[in-house]
Amino acid sequence: MDHNRRIGFILKPFVFVLCLVPFAILVARVVNNDLGANPIEAMQDHFGEWGLRFILMMLAVTPLRKLTGRVWIARFRRMLGLFAFFYVAVHFIIWLWLDRELRLADIIEDIFERPFITIGMAALTLLIAMALTSTAAIRRRLGKAWQRLHNSIYLVGVLAVWHYWWQVKKDITEPLVYAIILSVLLGYRMWLRWQTSKTKQAS
Amino acid sequence: MIIRKPADIKPSEITSKDAYLNRRSFMQGGLAASGTILSGSALSAVVPQDRRGKLTGIRESEYSTSEAPNSYDDITTYNNYYEFGTGKADPYRYSQEFEPHPWTIEVSGDAEKTGSFHLEDFVKPHTLEERIYRLRCVEAWSMIVPWVGIPLADVLKQFQPLASAKYVQFETLVDKGRMPGQRSRVLRWPYVEGLTIAEAMNPLPILAVGLYGEVLPNQNGAPIRLVVPWKYGFKSIKGIVKIKFTSRRPRTSWETSAPHEYGFYANVNPEVSHPRWSQARERRIGSGSGGFSSIFSNTKQETLKFNGYGEQVAHLYDGLNLRKNF
Repeated sequence: MDHNRRIGFILKPFVFVLCLVPFAILVARVVNNDLGANPIEAMQDHFGEWGLRFILMMLAVTPLRKLTGRVWIARFRRMLGLFAFFYVAVHFIIWLWLDRELRLADIIEDIFERPFITIGMAALTLLIAMALTSTAAIRRRLGKAWQRLHNSIYLVGVLAVWHYWWQVKKDITEPLVYAIILSVLLGYRMWLRWQTSKTKQAS
Repeated sequence: MIIRKPADIKPSEITSKDAYLNRRSFMQGGLAASGTILSGSALSAVVPQDRRGKLTGIRESEYSTSEAPNSYDDITTYNNYYEFGTGKADPYRYSQEFEPHPWTIEVSGDAEKTGSFHLEDFVKPHTLEERIYRLRCVEAWSMIVPWVGIPLADVLKQFQPLASAKYVQFETLVDKGRMPGQRSRVLRWPYVEGLTIAEAMNPLPILAVGLYGEVLPNQNGAPIRLVVPWKYGFKSIKGIVKIKFTSRRPRTSWETSAPHEYGFYANVNPEVSHPRWSQARERRIGSGSGGFSSIFSNTKQETLKFNGYGEQVAHLYDGLNLRKNF
């Protein structure tokens, strides 16, 4: 077992449990009746926000790997991506079941007439496609198509922040913070690509 | 004008017997104590200055709903008051240091009598009434709130508005030091609201100074706020320092900040959606805070046109296109 694999082997269960902490916090708040006057809204916001945070953490993997030179960081990308999907999926189910109360007509109206929900649905669809194709076997079978599909995580990041931005009533402070983080993460990749094309031209 | 009683309500929404008896006993206590106030005690007794001080001499109102009020906790920890922050718990968190006394209200504009008035002088000529009203927020949640206040129309009539007074404009205090939310430019300060003179003269709107028979808490708009039960909550302006009679329609804060989303009228209307969400249904706060299982049984309810106060106010809008004048 090489060094990188060993680190992944030891750290993975630890990071897995860490990723479940936001879920555990919410369960504890439900059990202790500590969700405030509007528990459904509190639950929906909690899962939505953690879904967005995991999307951003996943986008931070490559920059961190390149900046620190620690290759093993990349081993956590799939786990973070699947947790992003998990939190977003729960956020979606709460919306569908507790907020929209499974009223099909209301749900369809929302998806087609309320842009922030349309955007959220688009992001969710991409996340589902990525989660379904996340195993190593499918990755091998899909080849280059897999990479193209999974590059849409950048788009998901943009859609998720946009969804949040259009959802808030007036105070955009928090979505703005996420937008800045996202711009840094995407900006770093653009800078990287520009650097490599420059060296290619030079050689 | 014939004032009809509010529409019938479902038996399931009727106040529990315990809650009802509690209310009766504080009313009776209040009536017994009112004699001392009228016989000339300190002016501050009209609106006690101590937090959670009991208000006395409160009379019941035929406009009150018999639906069970939300808990004091729900009403005082979950609301919007951007002067103290934009989160729902911010008003509770950041208003505790706020000192709402002494308080002066400036009355100006198209009226015979204008000037600055102490809060006590403003309230003193009127009998306090309890008005248990439905409150419907534009964000599609609702509560039942047992306000204590004085009818707005009675207050305004004292200033003898002129025929040119077509609107009444209200303004909230501006004080960055005492209202930390005003350090952000999320809205333009002061917060401005307004009603047409006909709306203001309707018997439903009150200037509230109390909640649950006690002094109005800071987070709910102390010392004095407007309550207009058939309009979305943001019309019910808090911490009022200015009242102006005017011939021009006031440019209200939310209308200024997002004119395609919030209008001047802002009547509760399930048929007219907010551009970003439906207004057809609402979540009644409190019915889901009884533990795990109640979260999943806390279903939404149909929103009523004019928040169920159509019998009293629908005539104000005869011939007005409510879709355009949202």
